[in-house]
Amino acid sequence: MSEFTAIRVLWKRELLRFVRAKSRIAGSLGMPLFFLLFLGTGLNSAFSGTGGNYMEFIAPGIIGMVLMFSSVSSGMIVIMDRQFGFLKEILVAPISRLSIVAGKIFGGATTSILQAAIIMALMPFLGVSFNLSGMLAAFAFMVLISTAFVGLGIAIASKMEDMHGFQLVMNFLVMPLFFLSGALFPLNNLPGWLKVLTLIDPLTYGIDGMRGALTGSSAMPFWVDFGVLALFCGAMFALGAWLFTKKNS
Amino acid sequence: MKYAIETDKLTKKYGELTAVDALSLRIRRGEIFGLLGPNGAGKTTLISMLCTILEPTSGKAKVNGFDISAEQSSVRKNIGIVFQDPSLDDELTAWENLDIHGALYGLSPQDRKARAESSLKTVELYDKKDELVKHYSGGMKRRLEIARGLMHAPAVLFLDEPTIGLDPQTRRHIWDSVKKMNREKKVTVILTTHYIDEADALCGRVAIVDRGKIVACGAPSKLKKKGESLEEVFLRLTGNEIREEKGSSTQTMRARMRAWNK
Repeated sequence: MSEFTAIRVLWKRELLRFVRAKSRIAGSLGMPLFFLLFLGTGLNSAFSGTGGNYMEFIAPGIIGMVLMFSSVSSGMIVIMDRQFGFLKEILVAPISRLSIVAGKIFGGATTSILQAAIIMALMPFLGVSFNLSGMLAAFAFMVLISTAFVGLGIAIASKMEDMHGFQLVMNFLVMPLFFLSGALFPLNNLPGWLKVLTLIDPLTYGIDGMRGALTGSSAMPFWVDFGVLALFCGAMFALGAWLFTKKNS
Repeated sequence: MKYAIETDKLTKKYGELTAVDALSLRIRRGEIFGLLGPNGAGKTTLISMLCTILEPTSGKAKVNGFDISAEQSSVRKNIGIVFQDPSLDDELTAWENLDIHGALYGLSPQDRKARAESSLKTVELYDKKDELVKHYSGGMKRRLEIARGLMHAPAVLFLDEPTIGLDPQTRRHIWDSVKKMNREKKVTVILTTHYIDEADALCGRVAIVDRGKIVACGAPSKLKKKGESLEEVFLRLTGNEIREEKGSSTQTMRARMRAWNK
């Protein structure tokens, strides 16, 4: 019972910090909006001959980008909690390490989904239209993507001493995962090596799943996308919890 | 069970360095006990082990009757701690910090409200409860941490240099609250400080710790030779050389943040 209260209060802390950091929210919306507006509009003309709409094609990819970037960052914020001392306060409290990780993951996932929801709400104004009937399925993918990547962020944070490595992780892990995920280009007709890399990238399945739900066209069946992502999500949750517990016991 | 703290040859090694060296200590319930020693003497390491955030290399210890290795959760329920380094969430208000704390210690919402209110009043911060902690002064943050440490009515309260860097008025205020709690709620207090005269005035007993060992322990009046101050006893026992302590990444980071903010 008290473990449950602890998870809830740690979740609430993430939300409180999120709503206080208005400039951070505004800042996080910049890149995805520019991607949509400039890249989307710019390449729309190239797509127009094929009967497709590029803006609509990348929209689920941009949602995935927002989710992954903000989730990994919020997982890695554990390092700041450690440096600014608040982590100690949580660590001496009579609650399990698993509850601490769970609170962090649910909180980080919730704030990432809120950021993605803001972008999604802006998309119709840029001429993107979604199947409203696919919203529930898209939401399920959003939950899995954000949970998985907060878990990954916590796992990475448990292996780092300070925030110096943050850019390294962003540029050499998160950016490649984004580019290889099929967020910006279709998965069929890729050269073999690239195809293999996209299939290894777990985000591919999240974005393909959301694309299927929101626009009705996906490269893989729903259950493949959902299954792979759910497995990845479970694995990252476990990895985050394991490394965090190991680091802080 | 009359001891709040019992350690038996408690030891912590970091590679070659022995931070706490087979230290045996007994602190009775209801005492205000001072741990004095130069930087790097092992005071914070000792407290960290007693608070279950650091595993001992060897030896045993009990806090309020609970074993620090086998009964971590019970130990945690029975202690309050004010760390040497700040551990508040700056982005939240004082009230929110206390509310989270209460929830982590399993208090009901009503209890949380009542106890947050009374502990904030004890440290005279109730008027400022809805301000963000980042707008607090150093002394106010310290008082808030003490209020938080007390909020769940711990049997044992650890104060690791609670008054460092504060002006005499705030220090006196903090010590008065500590005395009051000790008297009224029978909380056992274990504190470290570099203000030796304050320890002299406040503590029933002190232990002078150096290189991980206790070099003297007893009532300040018993440790003093004729005409000596407790600080002189301290220097006589621990020498005059300046000790170097290895900076943690936290300290380095903080120093950097301070440089930035100037």
